[in-house]
Amino acid sequence: MTGQAAITGIGQTEFTKASGRTVLSQCVEASTKAIRDAGLEPADIDGIITYTFDTNDEIAVQRSLRIPELRWTSRTPFGGELSYATFQLAAAAVASGAANHVLIYRAFNERSEARFGQPNANAQAADLEQREFYRGFGLNTPAQVYGLWYRPYLDRYGVTSADLGAYVVQARDYAATNPLAWFHNRPLTLEEHQASRWIVEPVLRKLDCCMETDGGIAFIVSFLSHARASTRPVVRILAAEQLWLHGSEVMYNYYQPDLTAQASTERLAANLWRASGLSPAEIDVMTIYENFSPIVPMSLEAYGFCKPGEGRELINSGGIGRGGVIPVNTNGGLLGEAYIHGLNNVTEAVRQLRGSAANQVAGARTALVTGRHCAMLLARE
Amino acid sequence: MPAKRDQDFFWEAVDRSELTAQQCSDCEKRRHPPAPACPHCGSQHFTISRLSGSGTIHSWIISCHPTLPDPNPKTVILVDLAEGLRFISNLIDAENIRIGAPVTVEFGEVNGRRLPLFRTVKNP
Repeated sequence: MTGQAAITGIGQTEFTKASGRTVLSQCVEASTKAIRDAGLEPADIDGIITYTFDTNDEIAVQRSLRIPELRWTSRTPFGGELSYATFQLAAAAVASGAANHVLIYRAFNERSEARFGQPNANAQAADLEQREFYRGFGLNTPAQVYGLWYRPYLDRYGVTSADLGAYVVQARDYAATNPLAWFHNRPLTLEEHQASRWIVEPVLRKLDCCMETDGGIAFIVSFLSHARASTRPVVRILAAEQLWLHGSEVMYNYYQPDLTAQASTERLAANLWRASGLSPAEIDVMTIYENFSPIVPMSLEAYGFCKPGEGRELINSGGIGRGGVIPVNTNGGLLGEAYIHGLNNVTEAVRQLRGSAANQVAGARTALVTGRHCAMLLARE
Repeated sequence: MPAKRDQDFFWEAVDRSELTAQQCSDCEKRRHPPAPACPHCGSQHFTISRLSGSGTIHSWIISCHPTLPDPNPKTVILVDLAEGLRFISNLIDAENIRIGAPVTVEFGEVNGRRLPLFRTVKNP
C-alpha cells in the first residue's frame, strides 16, 4: 500500500429498526448518494467490492445504478472481521489501474429480517453440520462466542462491568449529540448500564452489545489524482492492512496459549504504523469496531495508545471523550449510532477529516479506523 | 456415499464414549479442532489418539438465549485438556464452576445429540 487512493464519496440511508423496504433499494440509495457526493456520475464507477454476508448482488446493483462497464469486483471474507479490508483491496485496485473509482457498499435489514444477534436456525445441538464444536455447547451468537474470548483478558487486568459501562456511557454521550445516531438525544447513565440484564454472564450486559440496524452505507474509493480534482477535502488512505497470524481462528479464537495477548492485532498495528510512517501520538481521532464493549480497552492497548491493562484507565479518565487525548467513536460507534457492520465508523472518520462531523474534533487531520484483523489510516491532505 | 469429513472420526468416537484427537504421524503432536494437515509440521499423515478426558477449566461463561426466557442456560467452559489441547464444552455440575477447577469428561445427551460434557472432580 503506497497511499495512492482516497475516499472521495460517502452515502447512507436513514438508520432504522424496521426499514419496510428491500435491502437492495437501500444499497442503491446509499450508493447513488456516495457517487453524487464524490462529484461523479455512475459511468465513472468501474469497480465494486463488498464483504461476505451481503445479499446485494453486484450485477443487480450495477443495473440499478446504470454502471455501463464494470471492470473489477471482489469480496473480502469473514463478514465484519474484514469489513475495512474492502478499502485495502479497493485502494490496491485503483493504485494498480484495475479500476478508477471503486464502489464499496453494505446494506441489510439486520434488525427486521436476519438478525445477527439471534441463534441461527441451524444452530441447535441436533444439527451439528457446521461449527459443531461450538454451537451444540451454547456458543450460538456473536455475544456468546466473543464473550468467552474476552473473559480471560477482563480477568487478567481486573476490568469490571462498570469499566465497560464507562465506555458505553461515553459512546451514548457522543450519540446523544449526533442527529444521525439511533440514540440521538438519549444519553445513558452508568447506573442504567449496570441495571442492564446479562446477555453473557459475567461478561456482557445488553448495553455492552452493538445494536441491530436496518440501513445501508456506501463509499467511493478513487485513484488519488482523480480525488485531487474534487472540490472536497481529500481524504487519503495512507495505509490499509489486514492480518491473520497462524494459529488464530475466525470468531472461535480459543486456541492460542495466552488468550489475554492480542498478537494478531498488535502485529497489524505495527504494520500500519510502519506503512504510514505515523505513530499513535499523531492520531487525532480513532474508531474501533466495537461489536462489544470489551474490544475498546483491548484495542486502545493493541494499537499502542496505552500499555496492556491500562485501557480501562484511559476510558475512565475521559481520554477517549470530548477533548480527550484520543477521541474514540465520536459518532457513538456501533453501540450508539448504528451497526452497519462497522461501516458507519468509516463514514464518521471521513466526516471528521472533512470537518463536517456532528461531534467535530477541532482540526482533525488523521483518523485511525480499526478492527481486530483489519485497519486503516486516513489523512486529510 | 457422502464424502467423509475431517471431523467424522471425532463424533464416531463420541458415540463410543471416547474423546479423541488427531495425532501427527511425523511430529507426534495432537491437534484440535480437526484439520487435514498438522499445523505444527504440515504432515498430512495422522492417527486417531484417545484422550484421557482430564483437564482444568481455563475460562467460562453462562450462555442464555439472547431474547427468550431460557430455562436451561448453559455453563460453557473452555477446558485445558491434559494433552495440551483446548476444548469447548459444558459443565454438568455448574454449581461447582471455578477457573482452574479439575474436570473429567462425561458423555451425555443434549437435544437428542450425544456430546462430550465435563464434570468437576474432587481429587484428580
